[in-house]
Amino acid sequence: MMTEFSIKSTSPEAPGGKHESGRPSKSRRRNVLPGFGLSMGYTILYLSLIALIPLSTILLKTAGMGWGRFWTVIASPRVLAAYQLSIGASLAAAVVNSLFGLAVAWMLVRYRFPGIRLLDSLIDLPFALPTSVAGITLTAIYAQHGWIGRWFDPLGIRIAFTPLGVIVALTFIGLPFVVRTVQPVLQNLEAELEEAAATLGATHLQTFMRVTAPALMPAIITGFTLAFARALGEYGSVVFISGNMPMRTEVVPLLIMTKLEQFDYQAATAIALVMLMLSFALLFIVNLVQSWSTGRYAA
Amino acid sequence: MPPEEHELGSMLSGDSGWIYSLDPGERVRSATTETRLGRLLIIAAALLFLGVFLLIPLIAVFTEAMRQGVRVYLTAITNPEARSAIRLTLLTAALAVPLNLVFGLAASWAITRFDFRGKTLLATLIDLPFAVSPVISGMIFVLLFGAQGLLGEFLARHGLRIIFAVPGIVLATTFVTFPFVARELIPVMEATGSEEELAALTLGAGGWQTFFRVTLPNVKWGLLYGVVICNARAMGEFGAVSVVSGHIRGLTNTMPLYVEILYNDYEFAASFAVASLLTALALMTLVAKRLLAGQTHGEPFLPGKVATRPGAV
Repeated sequence: MMTEFSIKSTSPEAPGGKHESGRPSKSRRRNVLPGFGLSMGYTILYLSLIALIPLSTILLKTAGMGWGRFWTVIASPRVLAAYQLSIGASLAAAVVNSLFGLAVAWMLVRYRFPGIRLLDSLIDLPFALPTSVAGITLTAIYAQHGWIGRWFDPLGIRIAFTPLGVIVALTFIGLPFVVRTVQPVLQNLEAELEEAAATLGATHLQTFMRVTAPALMPAIITGFTLAFARALGEYGSVVFISGNMPMRTEVVPLLIMTKLEQFDYQAATAIALVMLMLSFALLFIVNLVQSWSTGRYAA
Repeated sequence: MPPEEHELGSMLSGDSGWIYSLDPGERVRSATTETRLGRLLIIAAALLFLGVFLLIPLIAVFTEAMRQGVRVYLTAITNPEARSAIRLTLLTAALAVPLNLVFGLAASWAITRFDFRGKTLLATLIDLPFAVSPVISGMIFVLLFGAQGLLGEFLARHGLRIIFAVPGIVLATTFVTFPFVARELIPVMEATGSEEELAALTLGAGGWQTFFRVTLPNVKWGLLYGVVICNARAMGEFGAVSVVSGHIRGLTNTMPLYVEILYNDYEFAASFAVASLLTALALMTLVAKRLLAGQTHGEPFLPGKVATRPGAV
């Protein structure tokens, strides 16, 4: 592949650039610009050093441990319990974020009232706030005597140090995803479509279900999947509020951390590999949904 | 970004929801606006959600930080351990951000200015850290440079220390933050196109001259936007850094790690005091993002979009 790069970049006279119409073709025009070898070489070198070589250690480490050992680690009750909690809590958080994220996006796009721009800017706070800060703050709020926790305590509901707390933390860090994927789509949605539906006698609910919702669906699915993927790997905001009890409130990233602290690198890598494959599968779904929706809705 | 406020829209009204009837001043509801009840329900749900998950935590950080008074707060953020954590955080960002800035420029130049096979793959690779849990991001460097790691023996023989030391923290941070500048630059550079660069070349400018005099000025806002976001993440990264740091007080503690240590030592006020500095940084990042959003396309840090943005690849 590298040779192809250099052929294309160094020989502007390559047969690729036809000029029958007197105008150079797109690819030929681009080849005139200098710096392909340098920028491409640096990009690949940097990616390899910073990302690809370090990541490949996971495969090397698990390849050395054998299938039997791998399976024993992955299928142990504590690991399975962690996967169950991580996947379950991440799904729950993504569902909450989808429902409320849709409402928030709707409000930000369609309604105007004082302070709404401030709210719009604040949506990205979970991206910008260090996760340990989010973790200690949410724990303080949702603990038994915290600002919110104290209202649930008399009802017999504990949030911090239970799986419920894990869901709260994962909801916080996934909050921007659905809002930010739905918002631009809702913005670009032509009012004419909804008006046409109304003209044809559709009720508000019918218009929403048959016209608006289908157009928003790819964005909602994308936001849902991104929030889910982010939640699966989340560590910082969860460790404080979860209480970290094995079998009960121990999420997968925390379990990996524990194994690393016990210098059980093989177990940590095996658990991480399964986790990575899950995340890659999710991002693959995002790409599928996006290409499907751009194919369908792009003008 | 939301459209300009509708001229006729008043409080709680739909953006394009109201039109004037023939009788001036009297309003009728257009067909596509929700009923008043529906509107109130949507706004109530949205505000409740944002209030509980964004506003209350934001207020709580500063309240908890000030709980034991200003003096405790000031001591907490100025004692030697806190200062060393602040220094290390600044140092880490000062190394990771420029590295990723140069990478971002190189990657976006290659991706937007040339056609080659494997371009989609390359764009996907740039998104890689988004698919990797922070803990795993730290772990891969332990597997590589740790005592039992692939290069562990070699490093030990030469007396070099990467894991549980500053280089490991910088490496892990660089890995976690490498996509940010590139992801912001790629769409901006794609949108700018290469006509002006070609004109400069035709007029006899050299490659670097063209790059510094034409390309950089054209993409400066997108570049700044990427740097701001990259910096916020570099200073705030917790999980990956936590794995490689070893939590050595005064030596390998960044601010987010120091927050954790204080909290685990039940020094809550001090912990929230340091956390409030990081929160202020996050808020400044949001303000910068808001200001720069007008200059650039203003899309937030959403992963999974470089590879799929139509036209970008």
